[in-house]
Amino acid sequence: MSTGNHSVANHKRHFAHHFRDALHEFLTSKEGVWLFMATEILMFGGLFVGYFIMHQRYPGMFSEGASHLNWKMGAFNTIVLIISSWTMAKSINLIQTNQSAKANTTLIITLLCGLTFMVVKFFEYKAKFEHGLLPGNFFHAEEFEHANLAMYFGFYFCMTGLHGTHVLVGMGLITWVLIRNLRGEFDTEYYTPVEGVGIFWHIVDLIWIFLFPLLYLVG
Amino acid sequence: MAQNHSAQKNNHEEHHEGHFIVPANTLKNVAIALLCLTVLTVATAQLHLGWAAAPIAFLIAFIKAMLVMSYFMGLKFDSALNKLIFGTSFFFLAVFYIFCALDALTRIKEISTL
Repeated sequence: MSTGNHSVANHKRHFAHHFRDALHEFLTSKEGVWLFMATEILMFGGLFVGYFIMHQRYPGMFSEGASHLNWKMGAFNTIVLIISSWTMAKSINLIQTNQSAKANTTLIITLLCGLTFMVVKFFEYKAKFEHGLLPGNFFHAEEFEHANLAMYFGFYFCMTGLHGTHVLVGMGLITWVLIRNLRGEFDTEYYTPVEGVGIFWHIVDLIWIFLFPLLYLVG
Repeated sequence: MAQNHSAQKNNHEEHHEGHFIVPANTLKNVAIALLCLTVLTVATAQLHLGWAAAPIAFLIAFIKAMLVMSYFMGLKFDSALNKLIFGTSFFFLAVFYIFCALDALTRIKEISTL
């Protein structure tokens, strides 16, 4: 951004008294979001490490588990999330380039993609419930090869469940920035919440990028 | 106090690049690349490459992750501090994994009842 904007921002923009100027507030907020993202990586990372250790011990069982998943639904959801990530990034770009009104459309598309993802996830979960492919004690499938197959579905439901929760939270946050954008609160000088929510939404995509091959393809 | 000082210094350095705009064209190209790589992931999985399947799938996932982090999350244009914060989480995840793997791989073999 130009330095001219910056000095304008100093005079025009409200910012909390403990910040030097609006830019200082923006950078601090963003740093906070990145710290939060680091905790996200560590939280999902724990599940990934558990998966790798158990997969190394019971490769056959994991491969049987993966064969119960529908990779076409997984692939479809991957594409949906990539498109949503793009429209989210595009929303920020539009607001930054003084086209805030257009960002409403891209934010709505992002929301619809999130909704599509959850609807597909619902049908996937429904099929697992119907076939008794559930974690631990809840497992009651009839035909299966490996006695400990319930462990695969423990990982499956924990990982996709935590991820799905993030999609729902992300959709809530996008609705919040959409409402604020509809009220005309964001422009080239102030868009901190959109930037923060965007980073959160991208991490949802980032985690799915690894979950898809891990659960659906490699097994 | 020392921390405060270094944080201020850091912000001073970032003044010129505090806000950055990732060009719309770049975003579009990244989205297309991600979609192509997804097709590639699915295609290679259909080939049933045995032991090579997992490394190839994760290599593609790694490339996709780098694209998302660099351009969609804008980390490529972000401050060194934010890169460090995010990078640190991956470093400690690696530490976590390495020690767990060392434990799992060096145990005396036994048949689990699970």
